[in-house]
Amino acid sequence: MRFLFKTDYEDDIKLFPHSGYLVSYGVLLALLLIAPYLLSSYLMSQLVFVCIYATVGVALLILTGFTGQASLGHAAFLAIGAYTAAYLQKYNVPFPVYFLAAGGLTGIIGAMVGFPALRLTGIYLVIATISFALIVEEILARWESVTNGNEGMRVKTLSLLGVTVPRDSPTFYYLCLAVLVLTIIGTLNLLRSPTGRAFVAIRDSETAARSMGVNVALYKVKSFAISAAITGFAGVLFAHKLSFISPEMFTLQLSIEFIIVILIGGAFSLHGAVLGAIFIVMIDPFLTYLKDDMPGMIAGIAATFGAGPATAGSIKSNVAAFASLNGLKGAIYGIIIVLFVLFEPLGLYGRWLKIKLFFQLFPLYKRATFKRQKIYVKSERNR
Amino acid sequence: MLDFVQQLVSGVALGCVYGLIALGFVLVYKATEVVNFAQGDLMMLGGFFAFTFIGMMGLNYWIGFAGAVAAMALFGMLAERVVVRPILGYPQFSIIMATIGLGYFLRSIAGMIWGTDDLKIETPFSQGVLRIGSLVLAYDKLSVIAATMILCTLLYLFFNKTTLGTAMRASSENMLAAYYMGIPVKRVVSVVWAISAAVATCAGVLLAPITFIHSNVGLVLGLKAFPAAVLGGFGSIPGAVVGGVLIGVIESMAGFYLPEGWKDVAPYVVLLAVLLLKPEGLFGHHVRKKV
Repeated sequence: MRFLFKTDYEDDIKLFPHSGYLVSYGVLLALLLIAPYLLSSYLMSQLVFVCIYATVGVALLILTGFTGQASLGHAAFLAIGAYTAAYLQKYNVPFPVYFLAAGGLTGIIGAMVGFPALRLTGIYLVIATISFALIVEEILARWESVTNGNEGMRVKTLSLLGVTVPRDSPTFYYLCLAVLVLTIIGTLNLLRSPTGRAFVAIRDSETAARSMGVNVALYKVKSFAISAAITGFAGVLFAHKLSFISPEMFTLQLSIEFIIVILIGGAFSLHGAVLGAIFIVMIDPFLTYLKDDMPGMIAGIAATFGAGPATAGSIKSNVAAFASLNGLKGAIYGIIIVLFVLFEPLGLYGRWLKIKLFFQLFPLYKRATFKRQKIYVKSERNR
Repeated sequence: MLDFVQQLVSGVALGCVYGLIALGFVLVYKATEVVNFAQGDLMMLGGFFAFTFIGMMGLNYWIGFAGAVAAMALFGMLAERVVVRPILGYPQFSIIMATIGLGYFLRSIAGMIWGTDDLKIETPFSQGVLRIGSLVLAYDKLSVIAATMILCTLLYLFFNKTTLGTAMRASSENMLAAYYMGIPVKRVVSVVWAISAAVATCAGVLLAPITFIHSNVGLVLGLKAFPAAVLGGFGSIPGAVVGGVLIGVIESMAGFYLPEGWKDVAPYVVLLAVLLLKPEGLFGHHVRKKV
């Protein structure tokens, strides 16, 4: 086990606590950079979605994970970013300008949502953000002069500094990756600054934070604005990746998917956003695999264990029928959410930390290290 | 004027449905401080159960109705036992997510079992209208209004006058203290879920002739029931129904008098306004938190 000897505050807030971090993240970055030369175009496209979802995940982590303000309305922020990009693009505004404009506008709207949210906690905040998202969805469908209503808007190919960047080119992937990496680094810096500390203080106890002199209202609005702005940036990339946007893409379902991203990844660390994004985006290829290969495989296994060809055939058709059932994705989503909440509330990253600690402390690891406290008294609940 | 009254009545009928779903939210919230996002889906499932008993097995309407309510009460207990009990006491957000997951699951499973078509149940109220002067009231809508009033009164009396109701309120304030006083908290929570699933089933069955049953009906109506519950103040039984009726009337008036598009948004605009101006709702209490 490695012991880090810290002598001053600067040591404590280092981005890379020791050289091991530099090596492992360097290797990861190198792998991501050469990924376009190794992976199939389908997987590359999924990887772009991972980058976009992870960016939104980081944004949501700032708000939900670190400031403790739940939001089920992030699809609306994504939509505002995407529509701003599509609208400004019609007037030949260059990419860097509308990229920043989308982030800025979404940030302002985020702050405007943050103000009413100041008085709300817990369930009320969740409901308020859901209503906000539903209202935005309806506005997008009705404001036809700007958004083209339910017919949707076409998004032209991205052109950056005179070079066109098609949505399935490696350059577009690098762009998304760059946005994600910059967002993560920016967020890490934010979290070790006074602002980030204030966010965490508000999450842990609003009253205690206020009594320590934190301006709770200001920081809550800031958190909303920052989170919304990052989501707006992701929205621009999302619009370009899909090349067509319409209101029914930004439903409550998408907001829930974003929440699932941080829930499954682990809502206490930025690693969680990335892991959760990988998980959510890769469910689709996994289901396709389930449909195409599973029936044959299970029939093969049955055959090796002595099932006749007739039985194997019927097993194969049964499994195929099951795997292509309508709505299987929804059921799997549901089960995954419930299982994670029940058995792994710290998410995938929490599981990784547990495994790591198990080997570091072997044989002294005890499960109670990660046990959360239960609160049974109404007046003691924070949210 | 006649238009206005007609809109008012259909708004009240619609609102009673929201109120019935909101009653389910409120019951669970009152007893456990948990918000059940799958309430609408329990309603949907109740409707499907009733369809199975009445439409497919050909039972009498009332027997089928009772069967569906009983089956759903058991199902509510099962859902509580499997999904909610292990995480009682954890932050609200975990429980919200768990019930959202449960809702997803129920919607998909219902879609797989009963298909994606709109289903219809033949009820004694399906046909016929009541005429008062030139005012026309359909029996199916009147049945919803009547049932809501009856259920609301029964539940109000239950919560405020019976021992079990008092036990439920006690365990909502402080589960540990309630447990020390000899209240079987786990069983109380179980019973609350059973009741709320039963109420949801009533809503589903009464709604069947009006909106039909399909696997997404719970999501749509459940989302409309939130404004109702918030408007009434989340922990108040009469509040849920009053809030539901208000939301229903607002929606139906907005659909009639305002331009297209307002109908769907109006409940949420009202909700945001209520949250801004009076977050504790019409009948709620302001709760102070201990540090």
